[in-house]
Amino acid sequence: MSRTPLDTVEHAAATPDVELPWAELGLKKDEYERVVEILGRRPTGAELAMYSVMWSEHCSYKSSKVHLRQFGEKAPQSDALLVGIGENAGVVDVGQGYAVTFKVESHNHPSYVEPYQGAATGVGGIVRDIIAMGARPVAVVDPLRFGAADHPDTKRVLPGVVAGIGGYGNCLGLPNIGGEVVFDACYQGNPLVNAGAIGVMRHEDIHLAKASGAGNKVILYGARTGGDGIGGASILASETFDDAKPSKRPAVQVGDPFQEKLLIECTLEAFKEKLVVGIQDLGAAGLSCATSELASNGSGGMRVTLDDVPLRDSTLSPEEILMSESQERMCAVVEPEKVGRFLEICEKWDVIATVIGEVTDGDRLEIFWHGEKIVDVDPRTVAHDGPVYERPYARPDWQDALQADDANKLPRPETSEELKDQVLKLVASPNQASKKWITQQYDHFVQGNTVLAQPEDSGMIRVDEESGLGVAIATDGNGRYAKLDPYTGAQLALAEAYRNVATTGAKPLAVSDCLNFGSPEDPAVMWQFAEAVRGLADGCQQLGTPVTGGNVSLYNQTGEAAIHPTPVVAVLGVIDDVARRTPVAFQEEGQLIYLLGDTREEFGGSAWSQVVHDHLGGLPPAVDLERERLLAEILISASRDGMIDSAHDLSDGGLIQAVVESALLGGIGARLVVPDGLDAFTFLLSESAGRAIVAVPRSEEIRFTDMCGARGLPATRIGVVDGDTVEIQGEFSLSLEELRKAHEETIPALLA
Amino acid sequence: MTARIGVVTFPGSLDDRDTQRAIRLAGAEPVALWHKDKDLKQVDAVVLPGGFSYGDYLRAGAISRFSPVMDTVIEQAKAGLPVLGICNGFQVLTEAHLLPGAMLGNDHLHFICRDQKLRVENAETAWTGDYRAGQEIHIPLKNMDGRYVADEYTLDKLEAEGRVVFRYLDFNPNGSLRDIAGITNEAGNVVGLMPHPEHAVEPLIGTGRTDGLPFFTSILKKLVNA
Repeated sequence: MSRTPLDTVEHAAATPDVELPWAELGLKKDEYERVVEILGRRPTGAELAMYSVMWSEHCSYKSSKVHLRQFGEKAPQSDALLVGIGENAGVVDVGQGYAVTFKVESHNHPSYVEPYQGAATGVGGIVRDIIAMGARPVAVVDPLRFGAADHPDTKRVLPGVVAGIGGYGNCLGLPNIGGEVVFDACYQGNPLVNAGAIGVMRHEDIHLAKASGAGNKVILYGARTGGDGIGGASILASETFDDAKPSKRPAVQVGDPFQEKLLIECTLEAFKEKLVVGIQDLGAAGLSCATSELASNGSGGMRVTLDDVPLRDSTLSPEEILMSESQERMCAVVEPEKVGRFLEICEKWDVIATVIGEVTDGDRLEIFWHGEKIVDVDPRTVAHDGPVYERPYARPDWQDALQADDANKLPRPETSEELKDQVLKLVASPNQASKKWITQQYDHFVQGNTVLAQPEDSGMIRVDEESGLGVAIATDGNGRYAKLDPYTGAQLALAEAYRNVATTGAKPLAVSDCLNFGSPEDPAVMWQFAEAVRGLADGCQQLGTPVTGGNVSLYNQTGEAAIHPTPVVAVLGVIDDVARRTPVAFQEEGQLIYLLGDTREEFGGSAWSQVVHDHLGGLPPAVDLERERLLAEILISASRDGMIDSAHDLSDGGLIQAVVESALLGGIGARLVVPDGLDAFTFLLSESAGRAIVAVPRSEEIRFTDMCGARGLPATRIGVVDGDTVEIQGEFSLSLEELRKAHEETIPALLA
Repeated sequence: MTARIGVVTFPGSLDDRDTQRAIRLAGAEPVALWHKDKDLKQVDAVVLPGGFSYGDYLRAGAISRFSPVMDTVIEQAKAGLPVLGICNGFQVLTEAHLLPGAMLGNDHLHFICRDQKLRVENAETAWTGDYRAGQEIHIPLKNMDGRYVADEYTLDKLEAEGRVVFRYLDFNPNGSLRDIAGITNEAGNVVGLMPHPEHAVEPLIGTGRTDGLPFFTSILKKLVNA
């Protein structure tokens, strides 16, 4: 894009008729016209570059904003929330002076184009968001969705994504403690690679992305800026894939986890010495984003000399420098007298750091190149005043037919033998099978604070060695449920993550989300999005868990085919003493297994309907959030008071899936009896929400059932932990050996 | 009295703070050592922790071996200073020729993280006195480049001299020759292993086992009784 003469502000004003490549940069005609209107002249090439990336769907949330407002409007009153939506990540008070920041983001499009680097830099980006809040990152989680497990392209994408997440996260020294792996043909051309991270800090260490104090220096530190990732946010993440267009591979960034590890240590050391006034990481939209956000959130303006940006490639044009998404870079605002010490710390960690500008007392963001002014904008217009679309949305005409195609009417197993075969098929199906082959490529142990990691219901990290204070996180989402009913589907995702946190004994506090959908330009997709957001906002309000931030990923669509609407919800919880955590595994023979909650005939969107009938239709399970709250309270009390030794949430695959997992992890079987009023099929395979199984030591049985009775939670004794088989009395029996083989061999056979 | 045990931080070290914690839990005093500093601060023993020093972009440990701190470590190890290299630290020790052999990428080409069963083959080294020879223990393992290799002559020599300290049991996680998980030098003061004893020191954390704690109590006893 380099042009002669240099396209300065002055030059732009003098040459109003020069045509700029706004369409190639992803802007729409009316958006470009708006830029001209804001500036009162045509933009310079550099200004156009900034607006094009900052006004992209990925950075500006222009299609989703009008709906996302509900998260603020319906936010429940919560004393725990220290920093809400709008910053790099939300911050939650977990007590004892500690604060926790967490967030989930998407790196879907790059991970399809270039699985290893796409996934790796997804981890890098979310971790920098956490550091930018002032926190030490303590764990990561990775909710992943791929195409059909036996599709040849899945064998290209999945191993690359998993190796990328491992390669980056392991090298940063962050334990990977949770997430999901889901297969469905709808994700074939649009895998979902979401990445979440948690960080811990003291309350007084919270940092924000703002540039205040005229004369303060703007320091760019970390990796040099190269030509990678140019247009990542705009032309890659904000458009659908299309075979007719050229490869988007050059828009994917390349990660260097070693550099990021140095960046973490050096940033935390600078925080410790209180050298930083404001800080922002460079992710999507790179320097365009960092400078415009820092300046617009602060009290003054900012002047930047682009020539001072350390480059990997000296031929880069100013536009390219502004748009580059080179990884492992951060921008700090530092008082002049502290700059020396800041640079010393960077030097200690061999991190390149350069003063590239300063905060001014004006209100403009001015950027210079070779002594000439190439950007002169009000930073708010770039960072916050992007276009907002009220995209048309409409319930798709096929929704009624889909819901009428009732999964409860599918043929059910007629004999015990048939039921047994279907159970075996279910636990071996790719979605229900053990994901050990994947998760063992991630380090769970580093930092020495991991209390629980996958396949536990939630990951749990000790925060304080003395008191045992800990935090738990679970991420869940079920695109099949959401396709049947996006409002309920989003609430089911929330309910499941909430339940998973409570199952391990932690109290759910706050929510982050990653909303993965197709093209917002399709009214049907937009309706799914609007419904899901409404469902999630209503659900969070009812459960008292505010949304602290998150991410929207649209355009997950190839041609006309959109993915299932897939809201992924992360719930963060706190536990006073991690010694009281409840694991999934059965612990001791003779303990009594109780089923908590009500079981109804609910098979819409179920794993059974998918595995046995390749069917998706009907309605998803009903949601009762008050029941979820009661169940959570019981699980937390029982864990705190030592009434249960293991617990497992019931979700996809139903009760039998949960029992098999608890048995295999504990190496002890179970004998179950079908309770009165239920048939064996519904008992084992229904996916009714608001349920969990717990193992109760006999000495605690009365205390436990009394508590459930007094609180009005149905608790049904369904069996006992025993032996080396899973036996359903009067139906069938499966040895642990047989179950283990079925459950653990599927994924390696498909992918190793 | 107690012992002062240094833990070196290289750029890209990951388990340095965890190792300091393990030393503290064993009752010794951890001392942070910095890779650019030749001064060992008069510690009684040194641990080179796990991680990806310098990103392991060259060969694992190949650059760290030339850090200023390693000049002193190599010199003093030859004079008898107890040195333990864990994972990346083991790789650094082979690169520094304090231990024979080398580490290659895992034979299956994936990173692997698991609770690994080991047999203690030598309970006579500075770091293994609190184990029994033949004892079976579980220690977390997590690495990308953990395949121990050496020529036949060296392997035979290690076996003959009882210098194989740990062997993988039931499952060889990386293709290491003769299932070797850890070795020692002739004097028994330098030990390197791939699994991470510092991640098996607390009953609540990680795999919930404490089979790794004897590493740190062994050295403490040896230093205090010396």
